[in-house]
Amino acid sequence: MKQKNRTSGGLIERNKPLVFHFNNLRYEGFLGDTVASALIANNQRLVARSFKYHRPRGIFSAGPEEPNALVQLRLGAHLEPNTRATVTELFDGLIAKSQNHLGSLEFDFLEINNLLSPLLSAGFYYKTFMWPKSFWEKIYEPIIRASAGLGCLSNEPDPDIYDKGFLHCDVLVIGGGPAGLAAALIAGRSGVRTILADEDFLIGGRLNAETFTINGMKGSDWAVQTAAELEHLPNVRLLTRTTVYGAFDHGVYGAVERCTDHLASSNGRPRQVLWRIYSKRTIVSTGATERPIAFSNNDRPGIMLAGSVRTYLNRWAVTPGKRVAIFTNNDDGWRTANDLRGKDINVIAVIDTRDKPPPFKYSDTKVFMGSHILDVIGHKGVTALKLPHGKSIEADCIAVAGGWNPNVHLTCHHRGRPTWCKDISAFIPGEELPTGMTVAGAANGTLALSAALKQGSDAGSTAARDTGHNVVAQEVLNAEDEPSEISPFWHVEENKKRAWIDMQNDVTVQDIEMAYMEGFRSVEHVKRYTTLSMATDQGKTANTVAVAVLAELTGKTIPQTGVTIYRPPYTPVSISALAGRQRGNQFRPTQLCPSHTWATEQNAVFVEAGLWKRAQFFPKKEENHWRQSVNREVLQTRKSVGVCDVTTLGKFDVQGTDALKFLNYIYANDLTTLAVGKVRYGLMLREDGLIMDDGTIARLAKNHYITTSTTANAAQVLRHMEFCHQCLWPNLNVHIISVTEQWGQFAISGPNSRHLLQKIVDREIDISNHSFPYMACSEITICNGIPARLFRISFSGELGYEIAIPARYGDALIRRLMSAGEEFDIVPYGTEALSIMRIEKGHPAGAELNGQTTARDLGMQRLVAKNKDFIGNILSKRPELNRKDGLALVGFIPIDRRDKLSAGAHFFSLNKDIITNNDEGWMTSVAISPNLGHSIGLGLIKRGNDRIGETVKAANLLQKQYVKVEIVTPYFIDPEGERLRA
Amino acid sequence: MIINHPLLGPRDASEFIYLGDASLIDRPDWNSENAAQQFYEYLYLRDNPAGTIRELWFHEYGDRSWLVVTRNTLTHEIVNVELARDIDREEKHSR
Repeated sequence: MKQKNRTSGGLIERNKPLVFHFNNLRYEGFLGDTVASALIANNQRLVARSFKYHRPRGIFSAGPEEPNALVQLRLGAHLEPNTRATVTELFDGLIAKSQNHLGSLEFDFLEINNLLSPLLSAGFYYKTFMWPKSFWEKIYEPIIRASAGLGCLSNEPDPDIYDKGFLHCDVLVIGGGPAGLAAALIAGRSGVRTILADEDFLIGGRLNAETFTINGMKGSDWAVQTAAELEHLPNVRLLTRTTVYGAFDHGVYGAVERCTDHLASSNGRPRQVLWRIYSKRTIVSTGATERPIAFSNNDRPGIMLAGSVRTYLNRWAVTPGKRVAIFTNNDDGWRTANDLRGKDINVIAVIDTRDKPPPFKYSDTKVFMGSHILDVIGHKGVTALKLPHGKSIEADCIAVAGGWNPNVHLTCHHRGRPTWCKDISAFIPGEELPTGMTVAGAANGTLALSAALKQGSDAGSTAARDTGHNVVAQEVLNAEDEPSEISPFWHVEENKKRAWIDMQNDVTVQDIEMAYMEGFRSVEHVKRYTTLSMATDQGKTANTVAVAVLAELTGKTIPQTGVTIYRPPYTPVSISALAGRQRGNQFRPTQLCPSHTWATEQNAVFVEAGLWKRAQFFPKKEENHWRQSVNREVLQTRKSVGVCDVTTLGKFDVQGTDALKFLNYIYANDLTTLAVGKVRYGLMLREDGLIMDDGTIARLAKNHYITTSTTANAAQVLRHMEFCHQCLWPNLNVHIISVTEQWGQFAISGPNSRHLLQKIVDREIDISNHSFPYMACSEITICNGIPARLFRISFSGELGYEIAIPARYGDALIRRLMSAGEEFDIVPYGTEALSIMRIEKGHPAGAELNGQTTARDLGMQRLVAKNKDFIGNILSKRPELNRKDGLALVGFIPIDRRDKLSAGAHFFSLNKDIITNNDEGWMTSVAISPNLGHSIGLGLIKRGNDRIGETVKAANLLQKQYVKVEIVTPYFIDPEGERLRA
Repeated sequence: MIINHPLLGPRDASEFIYLGDASLIDRPDWNSENAAQQFYEYLYLRDNPAGTIRELWFHEYGDRSWLVVTRNTLTHEIVNVELARDIDREEKHSR
């Protein structure tokens, strides 16, 4: 039978029927339905299996608090587990499946866990899986892994697009119920830049779920009318389907807007937008969430929150049962009886825990005052309930009203604690709210409609005034102040069987009692031991009941017991939304060298260096191993000439009358002797005396320097230079700017590099060895007037130059260099060849400048100035950094030249065991030298300089490699530096 | 989190890089008698107040200003933001 539980009325579009599938069965619903309301319409009571015991579960609520009705949505890569059926909008063709069962939803083999429940109670992880230790990896963990989790992932990349956005407003109103609408109306009419965000697709909050009237109008109609007015105000932005999930510092709020979740396909539009909202004032009008009362088997399908029963009836025109019993401790539960009776649904009984005269008298509904439910009959759905004194009542739905908890979450995100309000037996926002926040309506514990509207209007007026606006007069909003008298009643004490508190994580009253018996007292400990409120719903319906049960056990009051800390997000936020567009290649920016296009044409293989893509090597067709290409690049460079794009080095333009003074502070070297037209190697220390970075300092003019840093440290070095200038020596007349991206730079290396350059530089430029010697620099022109900077420096150890040109000429220059170099058989080389050549030359790089080494360790103590103030001067003199047996950078070659060295291997004396106490240092960099024909390494070893010629063991414990190596000088090629000066 | 930049107005914290306590401005005199002790204290010893703290933030994705931000560690309220280069140097050396 189609939609047999559908009644009349409701806020659905009956002329827009929709077809959907649940567990491969075809169902119908209407536009405006949620998956939950449509399942109820079709009398599908069993929708899920519980997490631990695989108990049959039905729909428990009508909102984001839902603990039970989690389903998998969609198919293939679009598959999404653990979506709450209660907030998932129905669309045509929707496919949903139940989850967390072995076999079918009806016959779940894992229901055996329910029989094993004595073994799976609170803390069973800690008790059951303790021993033997060897069982953990092979037996326990696979079992836990297999049974953990709820839904399944698609294991495919998310095919949808997610965006991020920024919004600014004077007033952010969170929640579009009566209080929020009233607040936004005043603020909006007063001209305040207002954002009203509501997580629902239909604005109005409880107005859509109840039979209230405002100014004689149906509450839901008033919501429609108010939303329409707000929508027309140019200063108001209405965000529906938008959950504000966190309150952050200084009026910043996080929100997720679900743009296309309610559609069959996103059609290329962003599915969700993660908003960061900047607000001056915030009004939290997030309403309240109803809580249950715990009693035996209170998790059976058909047992539902009483307010949710009303929501389904009034908003979606569906009834969760045909014979409904109501279990309440307050007046609000009776509204459910009245609303159901108003639609001719059989309310078989009202069971009220309060021993007082009933607030309503019914002719055909049994009323039990001062009573409670003892147990529930029915496995996959309620069939009857048991009352004291052997009474039994047949019912297919039990509506439970345990009182309303204000949604205080956002008010507590700055560690404010909620306070206990006796009047409504619930926690309300405390006094310490995030700056700029006020709370209105049910979220503030103001449960009655008329008072909530007034509080909303007042909050809107105040916020408008606080943000400097003339406030319009408040409209009188006439509504009832419905009764909500409550007498706390948390759980039925005569429980013969388990009574559920946290349905999603299967935590019962008995689990809390067990935790208490085992010595747990703090609510935070009980939470973690029992896993209470640690499921995807974060215990929205469970927390207060659990605190009350714990308070009973400890003999404390509920406020003394307190609540656990609230943290963002309020409801789950998908990782995709948090990632936004930062996926794959867009994860972070990519920087390309000026020669990138050209290198791509040469089939270069690229490697990531920070944000940069650098050519790693340039394979030729006939080469089938990278080493072949790299060896060719190295040998050809050393034989004739090679060119390498070194644009990625950090480059800094330093100018000013105090530039020299400044550089002398930040470099350990004495720079006062650096002449115009000269370059010097520069060593930069941290204040603790260890090396920060190295590079070159070129003096182009009296007060104009170009300094470089390593690629990896470019940002950090600029930050440090600015720190030194602005924080330490602000009176120096110096300006620093990064020109890394503005200047393309190429290293030209090899004996023919001068011959090649001579073909590029303009005719009047003299680059002979005499006029432009090693470590010279100059501003020149090349290729008929193009400005360039030429530095005679070498990382490879060969006669070498680095030439810098404005980056836009980079592509042209590499092509020009390659054609001009044809006669020398020029070779382009990548980072691999660069690295091999610098190891052959004994130049330190990243592995040696690793933040743990000193100038002394690297054999550069001669560079460190004695008589000047500079960063790192004082602390580099610490005794521990100057030990006699300190590390020293030396070279290593294998005794058996066929052995391969490995970086990271540790050194041990030949006669010593390989244990930590005997560790003497480690190999930092290795290469197979094509020039020497065997493996070579650089490394740090104690007293290295005194041990040249000694043989030690290099142990790579991870790969169980032990190689005998000889300690040699780190200069494998041209130790006298003759080639550099040629 | 928002830092009210003295030149650029309120800017999101994601534009900034945090360094640490603003006492790093007060670099000791390298020529003083107990320079080693002073530099040790300067570099390694920090107060950890529950309350007001002055700290250094760098506007890395902005104008590259180093800022001295006075912040309450209990409330995260930012009470004052100054350019580090405007901090009175005499005050600095007298400390």
